[in-house]
Amino acid sequence: MTQETILIGLAGILAASAPIVFAVLGETLSERAGVINLSMNGTILLSAMGGFAVAYTTNNIVLGFLAGMLIGALVALIVAFASITLNQSQVAVGFVLALTCRDLSYFLGNPYMGVPGPRLQAIPIPVLSDIPILGALFFRQDAITYTSFMAIILTWVWIYRTRPGLMLQGIGEKPAAAYIRGANVNLMRYVYTVIGGALIGLAGPAFSLASRAGWMGTISGLDGFGWIALSITIFGGWNPARAAFGAYLFGFLQWLGLVLQPVLTQVPSQVLQVAPFPLMILTLLLVNIGNAEWVERTLAAMPESTRKFFAKLLRAMRASPPAALGVPFERD
Amino acid sequence: MLKSRFSGLLFQIIALALSFGVVSLILISIDASPTEAFRNMFKGSFGEMRKFAEVLVAFVPLLLVTAGLLVTFSAGLWNIGVEGQVVLGAIATTWVYRYFLESDLPPALIITLAIFGGMIGGAIWAAFTGILKVFGGVNEIFGGLGLNFVATALTIYLIFGPWKRPGVASMSGTVPFPDEFSLPLLANLRISPWALGIALIAIIIVFFLLQGTYFGLKLKAVGKNFRAAYLLGIPTWQYAMYSFLICGALAGLAGAMQVAAVYHRLIPSISSGYGYLGLMVAMLINYQAIWAIPVALFFAALNIGSIQLPIVMKLDSSLSGVLQGVLVLFALLVEGARQKFIKKGQNT
Repeated sequence: MTQETILIGLAGILAASAPIVFAVLGETLSERAGVINLSMNGTILLSAMGGFAVAYTTNNIVLGFLAGMLIGALVALIVAFASITLNQSQVAVGFVLALTCRDLSYFLGNPYMGVPGPRLQAIPIPVLSDIPILGALFFRQDAITYTSFMAIILTWVWIYRTRPGLMLQGIGEKPAAAYIRGANVNLMRYVYTVIGGALIGLAGPAFSLASRAGWMGTISGLDGFGWIALSITIFGGWNPARAAFGAYLFGFLQWLGLVLQPVLTQVPSQVLQVAPFPLMILTLLLVNIGNAEWVERTLAAMPESTRKFFAKLLRAMRASPPAALGVPFERD
Repeated sequence: MLKSRFSGLLFQIIALALSFGVVSLILISIDASPTEAFRNMFKGSFGEMRKFAEVLVAFVPLLLVTAGLLVTFSAGLWNIGVEGQVVLGAIATTWVYRYFLESDLPPALIITLAIFGGMIGGAIWAAFTGILKVFGGVNEIFGGLGLNFVATALTIYLIFGPWKRPGVASMSGTVPFPDEFSLPLLANLRISPWALGIALIAIIIVFFLLQGTYFGLKLKAVGKNFRAAYLLGIPTWQYAMYSFLICGALAGLAGAMQVAAVYHRLIPSISSGYGYLGLMVAMLINYQAIWAIPVALFFAALNIGSIQLPIVMKLDSSLSGVLQGVLVLFALLVEGARQKFIKKGQNT
């Protein structure tokens, strides 16, 4: 492989991962505020279909992306209403929505199956795109991929470097304390769930109007990405930068599967396509195992030097969810 | 007490009406007649004996999966991996069949072994989720989801790899087994009374397990309050594992029925989404075993009835999934509203 083909491949991974990046960032915001939006898999499909249908009928690609965000925000609003206002299980409502939105996308998307529609084109940024290596990687992408880069930076800065972001961390970790400091916990949870939902809704059109343009119904191959994105959110430890890294890692693994296919001819292509899933379980195991009780006991029994090494290793991998994730807040 | 039960029923009727209302609106929005769609779905499921038999064919795995899920839900666990457990049950059943393909054993014995094999296969797959949860700290939702995808990949690998048809491997599955390996079917119908009987026995056993035994009581204690159960001396992690094993065995049984009574071979979509659908049924019946039979039958009827839609009305058959989902969603929302309503009534 020449340097050129490797660069094109890597740039392709960045573009193909853009939808997953939006999804993990949206879920990270929502979960940071304490609400699990489990509907993600259905939301992505419905917004992919809706975004494509709107862009196709209006012949306006921007409206397609806005429609996707609106769908994501509305689904998230149902999750928020059911869990915050009506006190129902977030997991139950989210799971039902994941299935319902998926079937709704297949049902309503039927007339748009296989029709050729608009697709986002790459816009090389003048001057910057001529920088060796970096130019080819980052500055010859389409608008939605640029947006995904900016979204990573913005969410990170928002959570870790601004006052409202600090409050957001508080709402997810110690809602009672945030409440005493004057935060309207439940209103903020609504706001972040809906904003997160809009970001997740951007993932759909980022597929159907860009990296996997078109709507193909059940054979679109989009079913499953939402569940992957949920695991990547955990892998990311609710940190936007680490979550985005997870999204790119997943994109890289998928690309690797495609590249290796001609080499490993005896392995059916369908198997390579799902290879990232067991790897995801493995990473979840590595991230979580430090929280298991028996690991702590084993560590305690180890000699000092090895104990230190393993404890450090586990701490580096470990990720703990926001303390109030999934716990309803009631002032009393 | 009576009043709350009455209000419960009233609110459930409201939920049902709202669901049909919303789905009607969806249909009207695409210029399709709701009454015609519902009528076609009804005719397609209860219209004739042959079609009702198809409903029962779908009812069997759905009821088995629901029965299993009632056990994990009782222990407070979200066994989303049930879909993969169905698949592994089907794979294990196929494996046993293939192993005895040339043997002289009586077919009835081979069928029995294959069905037990399916239950063990499902239980082993569920044990993976359980071990990841109990010893690895991996939430059962994510472990289970990942394993579902692995199970599907494994099926496709087997169909296109080691178990492929002589000549060309295809999505139509492995070579069908000889007729004597099938559970006996009713004359001219695709439903096996044996499969139906097994599913009904399974739900009855689960009902009594949860309602009438010390085991069921402890399981529910674990589900209601994990920490309190632990402090009371119930070995919580063991009970979590038991519930996974029981659910996995029942899901595996569903997979075994799909192979032994319906498809007579392994196909890529052997689980047909019954695992996920079972989760919906369990939620809709609010985890009470007594309602499992009518609701599972209703959901199976929607699935089979919707097959008519593309043929008669050029609508996508996924309408059944939309209706099922909207039903469960409104059941949850209305239940939330009812609890709020009761709370308010108590405060004033």
